[in-house]
Amino acid sequence: MTDFAAPLPSLADRARLVQAESTIVSMHFFRQTPVFVLGEEALLFAAPEGGKRVAIHGGAILASAADGQRIVTGGDDGKLIATNREGEHEVLATDDKKRWVDQVALGPDGAVAWAAGKVAHVRTGKGEQRDLDLPSTVAGLCFFPKGFRLAIAHYNGATLWFPNAAGAKPEVLEWKGSHLGVTVSPDGKFLVTTMQEQTLHGWRIVDAKHMRMSGYSARVRSLSWTHDGGALATSGSEQLILWPFTGKDGPMGKQPTLLAQSPARCSVVACHPRQPVAAAGFADGSVLLVRLDDGALILAREADGEPVSALGWSAEGQVLAMGTENGSASVLTL
Amino acid sequence: MTAPSSAEKIPVTVLTGYLGAGKTTLLNRILSEPHGKKYAVIVNEFGEIGIDNELVVNADEEVFEMNNGCICCTVRGDLVRIIDGLMRRKGKFDAIIVETTGLADPAPVAQTFFMDENVGAKTRLDAVVTVADAKWLKDRLKDAPEAKNQIAFADVILLNKTDLVTPGELAEVEARIRAINPYAKLHRTERSKIALDEVLGRNAFDLDRILDIEPEFLTADDGHDHDHHHDHDHDHHHHHGGLKHYHDEDMQSISLNTAKPLDPDKFFPWVQDLVATEGKDILRSKGILNFKNDEERFVFQGVHMILDGDHQRKWKDGEARSSRIVFIGRHLPEEKIRKGFESCIA
Repeated sequence: MTDFAAPLPSLADRARLVQAESTIVSMHFFRQTPVFVLGEEALLFAAPEGGKRVAIHGGAILASAADGQRIVTGGDDGKLIATNREGEHEVLATDDKKRWVDQVALGPDGAVAWAAGKVAHVRTGKGEQRDLDLPSTVAGLCFFPKGFRLAIAHYNGATLWFPNAAGAKPEVLEWKGSHLGVTVSPDGKFLVTTMQEQTLHGWRIVDAKHMRMSGYSARVRSLSWTHDGGALATSGSEQLILWPFTGKDGPMGKQPTLLAQSPARCSVVACHPRQPVAAAGFADGSVLLVRLDDGALILAREADGEPVSALGWSAEGQVLAMGTENGSASVLTL
Repeated sequence: MTAPSSAEKIPVTVLTGYLGAGKTTLLNRILSEPHGKKYAVIVNEFGEIGIDNELVVNADEEVFEMNNGCICCTVRGDLVRIIDGLMRRKGKFDAIIVETTGLADPAPVAQTFFMDENVGAKTRLDAVVTVADAKWLKDRLKDAPEAKNQIAFADVILLNKTDLVTPGELAEVEARIRAINPYAKLHRTERSKIALDEVLGRNAFDLDRILDIEPEFLTADDGHDHDHHHDHDHDHHHHHGGLKHYHDEDMQSISLNTAKPLDPDKFFPWVQDLVATEGKDILRSKGILNFKNDEERFVFQGVHMILDGDHQRKWKDGEARSSRIVFIGRHLPEEKIRKGFESCIA
C-alpha cells in the first residue's frame, strides 16, 4: 500500500478551475480547448480566455464521442447532434419514437454510429445509413480500430457487425448476463465488455476464447487503453487496475497490475495518449497521475468529496481536464 | 466521501397491478395533485397514453439474469440504464415513480435497487404499491400468477373500484388478499382516490422503519367511507359483519416469534441457507431480532435471495426483547422453517 502519511507531490494548485454547475458526464478536446459534456442540455467550451456554454439538447445528454473535428452527442430528446469547434451544431438524426439515444461512437472516414433501444444505426461519411436490430437493448457500442466494423454489447453477449456486408449474419459472441459496455483492443485482437456484475468479460476474437477479469468491488464503468495498447486500465476498485494485453493470450492466466491504492473507489480512468501514464479519478474527488512503469503518483486534484465523473487528455497529452458529478471542473496544463 | 444518506437519495415508488385495475388513474392523480413536487415517471412501453408530466420515460421491462443464470438474481436492465440517465438531471425532480405492466413481477424491479450499486447509491426503493380491482381480483388470483405475486409483494394495496361490488364481495376479496399478504397497508378506494401520503414516502424498505411487523388485522367495520356501501344485497351472506378467513393454496405468509434470545452464529447461516434454497419461493421477508449478549436490536428485510440487515438501535428499557420474522411466499415449507428458526435459539 502507498504510504499516505507522506504527502504526495501535487500539481492540484496549478489547475485552472471552471464552474460547470451541472453534472459533468464526459469530456473532449478541440485542440487545446477542453469541452465538458454536461448532464443536461449543453457543452461547456472551457478556453483559457473564457468559457462558453452551448445548449444543444432539450434534456439530458446520455452519450458522447469526439474525433477532433466534432463532438457527437445523444440525448434523452431522441436526438443525435454534432457540434464543431465553433460551437455550431446540427441534428444528425432524430429517433422516430423519441427513444433515448444513449450510445454514440465515431469511426473511420467520418462514420458515426448510434443506438436507441434495440436498434443500432451507422451512417458513413458519405451519408449511407444501415440499421441493425438486436435482441435486446444496445448497452455498448464501439468501432473496431481498423476496417468498417462495429462491436455491440447487449444482454447475453456482443455482436460484431460489418455494416457493408449486406445480408451477412453478424457474428455473435455469447456469454450469459448483461453486458453494459464494450471496447476492442487497439490491435483488434480482443474484445472486452463490462458487465452488470463486478467483472469484465473478454473474447479473443480469432477463436472466441473466453476471458474473465474479476475481483472488482463495484461495477466497472470506465475503461481506457494505455498509450501503446499494451494494457487496459479500469475503474471499479480501490486501485487503478491494469490488465495486460501483450502477446497472443492477452490477460489469460495473468494477474492484473494494481496501482494507486486509495481509500476511495476509482470512478474514471484516462490513459495519457503518448506516455505510460494514466489519470485515475476517485469517488472522493481525488485525481492521481499514475506512472505505469513504477506506480509513482502525483496528485492532480485534491479529495473534496465530489465523485470524479470525467477525465480527458488533449491529443498531445499536455492538458488534462477533470470534472465531477457535482459540476466542478478543472484544467491542468502540464 | 460518505454515501448519501437515505434522506438524500431519490425515493422510488413502484406501481403495480393487474391490467385495468386503475394504475394509470392513480398515477395521474399523483401527478395532478397540488403537492408542488416533481416526479420522473417511468412507464412501460405498452402503457396507456395520457400521462401529463414533464419527465416521462418509456421503459421496455427488460428483465436480466445476473450471476450466470441464477433465477433469483434478476434485475430490470432498462431501469439500471434509465436511472443512470435520469440522475444527470438531478434537481429536476423530487421522486421517481415506476409503473409496471399488468403482467410484471415486481421482484426484478425491487432487486435492481439492491443489486446495482449505482442505482442503490443514488435512489432508494420507497414502496411497492399494488392497485387491485375489487370486482375482478378474486378471479385473477385463480388464473393469473402475476396478480398473486403483485399482492404478495405489496407494501400498500389499493383495493380499487369498491363502488362496483357489494359489501359482502368486498369483505370476501379483502379476506382473499389477507390470506396472501396480511402485512400490507390496505385501502379501499374508488377511482384510485387516496391521500398521497398513503402511497408515497412510505419508507417501506428502510431498515430504520421496520418497527412493527404486526399483521394488519381485519376489522369488521374499518371502512371510513362505509356509508357508501349500504346496498341492500348483502343479506345472502351468512357472515355479514363477521370475518372470513381463507387459506390461499399456494401463497402464504409465515410468522415466527420467540422471546428467547437467538444465537447469531446459528441464525445467519440458517437464514442464508434458507434463502439460498427456498429464495425462489420467498417473495418478501422481514425480521426484528434479539440476539444473545446484544444490547441492540437487529433488523433485516429481504427480497427473494437478497437479504439486507443491520443493527437498528438499542433495546429500550421495558421493551419486550423478542424476535419475530415473517416470510411471504409460495408453497413455503412451514414446518422446516419453524424448526430451523427454533434451532437458532441460543
